[in-house]
Amino acid sequence: MNLLDLVIEPLGYGFMVNALATAVTAAAVCAVLSCWLVLIGWSLMGDAVSHAVLPGVVLAYVLGVPFAIGALLFGFLAVGLIGAVRDTSRIKEDAAIGIVFSTLFALGLVLISVTPSETDLGHIIFGNLLGVSKAELVQILVLGALALAALLLWRRDFTLFAFDATHAHAIGLNPRLLGATLLGLLALTSVVALQAVGVILVVAMLIIPGATAHLLTDRFGRMLLIAPAISVACSVIGLYASYYLDTASGGMIVLVQGAVFALVYLFAPAQGLLGRRIFASVRRRRAPEAGTSAPEGAGPGS
Amino acid sequence: MSTPAVDATGLTVRYGEVLALDGASLQLYPSRICGLVGMNGSGKSTLFKVIMGLLKPEAGTVRINGGTPARARKSAAIGYVPQSEDVDWSFPVSVHDVVMMGRYGHMGFTRRPAKADKLAVAEALERVELAGHAHRQIGQLSGGQKKRAFVARGIAQGASVLLLDEPFAGVDKRSEATITRLLREQATAGAAILVSTHDLHALPALADEAVLLMRKVLMHGDPHTVLRPENLALAFGLDVLGRNEES
Repeated sequence: MNLLDLVIEPLGYGFMVNALATAVTAAAVCAVLSCWLVLIGWSLMGDAVSHAVLPGVVLAYVLGVPFAIGALLFGFLAVGLIGAVRDTSRIKEDAAIGIVFSTLFALGLVLISVTPSETDLGHIIFGNLLGVSKAELVQILVLGALALAALLLWRRDFTLFAFDATHAHAIGLNPRLLGATLLGLLALTSVVALQAVGVILVVAMLIIPGATAHLLTDRFGRMLLIAPAISVACSVIGLYASYYLDTASGGMIVLVQGAVFALVYLFAPAQGLLGRRIFASVRRRRAPEAGTSAPEGAGPGS
Repeated sequence: MSTPAVDATGLTVRYGEVLALDGASLQLYPSRICGLVGMNGSGKSTLFKVIMGLLKPEAGTVRINGGTPARARKSAAIGYVPQSEDVDWSFPVSVHDVVMMGRYGHMGFTRRPAKADKLAVAEALERVELAGHAHRQIGQLSGGQKKRAFVARGIAQGASVLLLDEPFAGVDKRSEATITRLLREQATAGAAILVSTHDLHALPALADEAVLLMRKVLMHGDPHTVLRPENLALAFGLDVLGRNEES
């Protein structure tokens, strides 16, 4: 069996095609969003919102409305509660985040335990990539496309908000609205990624790609390309690995992402722990004939 | 004089129990640079935030160019140069990107730069002598170059009110001279400029007037007069005669 067969064989199963489409969509949207989350310092917020949407999703299931509506509602509820606890007591933000999201997550678990359902709602927790139906795939594609379009359309405003919210305010933009929009998109994106890796691991897809890309480039525009490229590749590799190794697909995808982050952390040309030394010594050896090379040319593959 | 560019009256701001501003009033006029002097905690940064509308004062009003601060913000009239501690220097933006952010108020909602925006950015970079560093990541500049990049943002913006919070902290002499020259040029072109600074020796060369702030405006006038030791003592809680007076 050659490599091509290894790639093509699983695609003979409809469930694998759906799984691949779901994983790629979730990976791409999460990765684009993660670029802003890691730069604003909202990784914990991403963790919180992605967990806190659980009761919303369960209630949406019970009421027969789109998951996205329940997720948005509970995403904002979580952010509102976190802000309220932080601002009106002596509790610091990280503690407020921990209290609110774990309580809401627990509410979700309890709701699941009392909700009779045909599909196992427990799948929301760990993801059920191999069980994604056609209808679910359509919902994922539509939500993913919406979130991605909004993120890319307002990307310059979000970047300004992340870099200098004070200046954004001073020139008449509304930083609160921009932040709220970003959090809404975070809740929406969580729904997309639920199916792929489950509530618990969504946060990995919302943080690791952006963090990995940040180590590889000094340009936000390039981050927006590198993060989804890496994330999509990791998802595909993780999914195939889970197929052949017969392991949990969601877990496998996140493991591959973590492994790639570790490699970049060590070997990235400008930022990597070992990479900057290797790069510097190569440059020293080449310096006499090649002249000076700019340190900022440290993009991928350069 | 003409209508003030910034007219702040009776500003009172409280952070919990702490009184940050206590009925502070300040008028800034076009074509003039005002140096803002006061010790840490005297309310300088709070005053900037209130003028920009980031903080709602408990009492008092702010008018900018005769209108509301919201209107002034919408017309991109307010430029702000933040303190170094408030900037994430590892953020993946280039010097050019940062200066371009000054133009966002003039662009459509996707902030796609037009030819005029690119020209304004190139010209501002030229004026702060950073054209050769336009594509560096912002954190790769020296302390003085970083400040110049943010001054360039205010210039590219065409702000008629420029607020600078400690632009000379951690800045080399050459950058300090360049920034001083640039601010004088902007003032000549009609901008009203408020600069907070600890560099009292350089103040007379920079500013047309100076303000002593200690939660309220203690004194507002000619820099040489305001900076007399007996006046500084008021703002810094020291007594020049050696008595230790705590209030």
